Amino acid sequence: MNFRGSTILGAALATTGILGATMAAAQTEVRWLHIEQNPAYLSVWEEIAESFNAQNPDVNVTMQFLENEAFKARLPTLLQSNSAPHMFYSWGGGVLRAQAENGVLMNLNEAMAEERDGQPWGESFNAAAVDGLTFDDNLWAVPFRMGTVSFFYNRELFDQAGVNADDLTDWDALLDAVETLKEAGITPIAVGGGERWPVHFYWSYLAMRIGGQEVVDNAKVGEGEGFGHEAFIRAGEELTRLGELDPFQPGYLGATWPQTLGLFGDGGAAMILSFENTVGTQRNNAADGVGLDPDNIGRFPFPMVEGGDSQITDTLGGLNGWAVSVNAPPETLDFLAYFTNLENQQKMAAAEMLIPVTTGAEEAVVGEHLRGAADQLAASTWHQNYFDQDFGPALGRVINDISVELVTGNMSPGEAVSMLQNEFALQ
Amino acid sequence: MASVTGGLLAKARKAIRENARPIRRDKVIGPSRLPVLLLFLPPALLLFTVFVMLPMGEAAWYSLYNWSGYGRPTEFVGLRNFEVLFQNRAFHQALTNTGLIMVVSIVIQVPLALWLAMLLAERFPGVVAFRLIFFLPYVLADVAAGLIWRFVYDGDYGLFAAIFGFFGMSAPYVLADRDLAIYAVLAVVVWKYFGFHMMLFIAGLQAIDRNLLEAADIDGASRWQRFRYVTLPLLAPTLRLSIFFAVIGSIQLFDVVMPLTGGGPLNSTETLVTFLYSYGVMRMQIGFGSAAGVVLFLICVVLAFTYKRALMRND
Repeated sequence: MNFRGSTILGAALATTGILGATMAAAQTEVRWLHIEQNPAYLSVWEEIAESFNAQNPDVNVTMQFLENEAFKARLPTLLQSNSAPHMFYSWGGGVLRAQAENGVLMNLNEAMAEERDGQPWGESFNAAAVDGLTFDDNLWAVPFRMGTVSFFYNRELFDQAGVNADDLTDWDALLDAVETLKEAGITPIAVGGGERWPVHFYWSYLAMRIGGQEVVDNAKVGEGEGFGHEAFIRAGEELTRLGELDPFQPGYLGATWPQTLGLFGDGGAAMILSFENTVGTQRNNAADGVGLDPDNIGRFPFPMVEGGDSQITDTLGGLNGWAVSVNAPPETLDFLAYFTNLENQQKMAAAEMLIPVTTGAEEAVVGEHLRGAADQLAASTWHQNYFDQDFGPALGRVINDISVELVTGNMSPGEAVSMLQNEFALQ
Repeated sequence: MASVTGGLLAKARKAIRENARPIRRDKVIGPSRLPVLLLFLPPALLLFTVFVMLPMGEAAWYSLYNWSGYGRPTEFVGLRNFEVLFQNRAFHQALTNTGLIMVVSIVIQVPLALWLAMLLAERFPGVVAFRLIFFLPYVLADVAAGLIWRFVYDGDYGLFAAIFGFFGMSAPYVLADRDLAIYAVLAVVVWKYFGFHMMLFIAGLQAIDRNLLEAADIDGASRWQRFRYVTLPLLAPTLRLSIFFAVIGSIQLFDVVMPLTGGGPLNSTETLVTFLYSYGVMRMQIGFGSAAGVVLFLICVVLAFTYKRALMRND
C-alpha cells in the first residue's frame, strides 16, 4: 500500500471510530458477563440479546465471556472496578453471600415487587428458586436455571454385562454392579478427577444420603457436631470403598470434565454422575459429535445408603442466577425480565439447555431425561445446592480436595473430616 | 615502636582522607546534575513505587488479615495465615517441587545447554538452523507449550499413546499419576528453557578470545583440558548468570504447569506460584494467598541476594 492509501484508510478508520463512539454514547450499555461455552446454547442467548436490542434501540446488551476458572479468579477485582459487569453468572451459595455482604450487589427485592406482565416480577418464578438465592430475606440474583445431579448410564453396556438399572437403588447394589461391569471388561464409571469437583458429587451425595438434611445444615453453620458428625466419616469410608474397586477410566485423575463427558458419549464407560443436561453435553463432547443415542441412555437417582437418614427424593444440584452489580443501569433489570420471561425460558428449555425456573416454562422441557430431572426436582423433598458452592469458595474447594484424596485412598476418612473442621474454624 | 606505628597509621589515614576527598566531592550532586535527576528520576521512581513497592507492602499487610478480596480487610488475625500455611500439606509439596525444579534446572538443564552451546558456537553450515530449532521452545508461549505437552502425554490420543501403541503396549497416563506427573512437568521445563541458557552460553563463548584456545592447543592441551582450564573459567560469569536465571525462574514457575496439570493430581505438581493461585486467589482467601506471596518473596530475595553477594560480586 502506498503512503496516500494508508492515510486515507487511517482517516476512514478514525471517522468510523468517532461515529461508533457517538452512537454508543446515545445508548445505555448493559454488560452481561457469562461463562457459557456451548455454541448451541450461546446462539440461543445471542438471539435473545439481539431481539431485546432490536426492541429497545436505546439499550445495547453486550455479552462478555470469561472461562469458568478465570471468571472466579477475576470477579472480585472486576466487581470493585469501574468496568464491573452489570449482570453476571452466579451459583448462589457462599460466594453470592460474600458479594452481597460486601455491597457489590444490587438488592433485588424492590425489583421483584414491581409489576411486569400483570404480576409482581418475583411471582413469575418457582418459589424454591427464589428462596435459594435469598439471604436474610433479601434476593441477590435473578434465577434462571435449576438442575439436579444423577447417574446416567449406557443401556447397551448395562445389558451386555447383565446389570439392571432398576436394582441400583442402594449403594451396595451399585458397588456390586461396578464389579459385574468390570468382570465384563467394561469401565464402570467415567469421572473427571483432574477437575476434582466431579468427584465431590459422590462425597456430597453420600453425606446427604447418610446424614440427611439436618446434619448437612448443621455442618454449614457449625451447629451440633458440625463436620464431626459420624455421617461425614461414613461418607468418606463409602467413597474409599468405591475407590478401592478401581471403578474409573484409566488416567481419571488427569481427566477434565469435557473429556469425561466425551468418554461417556463414545461408549467408553457405563455410567457417569452428572448434570441434568448430560444427553446434550455428551453429544457435544463425543469424538464423532453424535455420541450416544438418547434412547441408549438411562438415568437413575443416586442410590440410598443402608442405615442412612434420608429419602431418595432428596436432590443435589445447582441453582443458577444472574447477580446484578450495585451500579448497574435499570435497563439491566429490563433485560433480565425479558431474559426470564415465559417465552425465552421456554426457548432455552426447548434447546435442551436447562430446566427453567419461570412458572409454566417447564412444560417446554424436551427430552426424556431433562423432563425426568425436571419432574424429580418438582418432587424434591430437599434440594441441596452443590457443596463446593454452598459452603463458600474456600471450604468448598477443600471438599473437592478431600473427595479426590478419599477416592484414591490417599487420606483416611478421619483425616478428611479434621481437614474440614480446621478449614471451617478458619472461616 | 607503638608511637612509630601510630604515626604511620595517622599518616596513612591522612593520605587516604586527602585522596578520597576529591572523589567524594565529585559525587556530590552539582547544579548541573540536578535537572537531569529531576527529569529522569521521578518517572522511574513513581513506576517502581506504584507497581513494585506498594503491592509488596500491601501483600505484607493483607497477609495479617482474614480477607476474601471484597471490601477492605478488617479481620486482623496476626500471623495465623503463616501458621496455617506452614501446616498445609500442599504447601510442603509445593516447596519440595520448587526445590526439585531448581535442582533439575541447575544439574540437567544448564549442563545440557552448555554442551549444546559448545557444539553450536562454532561456525559450520546449518548452525543457525540448529540454534533456531533449539531456541524455538523458549519462544513458544508458556501456556501453548503446556497445552501441547498435555496432548503429547495424553494416554488415549496423545503422542505417548501412539508410541506405546506402536509397540503393542498400553500407554501410562503420566499426568494422572501422582508419582510420575512431576517428572513429566520437569521434562517440559527442561525442554522449554534450555534454549535460553544455550543462547546465553553461545554469546559467552563467542566473546572468548580464540588466541587463548589456540595457544592452549599449541601447548598440547586436550579438548577436555581446553574446556576445563580455558573455556570454563572464561565462561564463569555467564555460567553464574545462567544459574541465577535458572534459580529465579524455578521459583516463579507457573504458566507451564497450569495448562499441563493445574498442580494436580493430588497437588503432586504444585509449585509455589500455582499454590498461591489455587489456594489464595481461587479460594478467595486473599489474606492467606498474600502470606504465601510473602514467603515466596522472602525466598526469592534471600536466594537472589545471597547468590549475588557470594558468587556474582565481581561480575
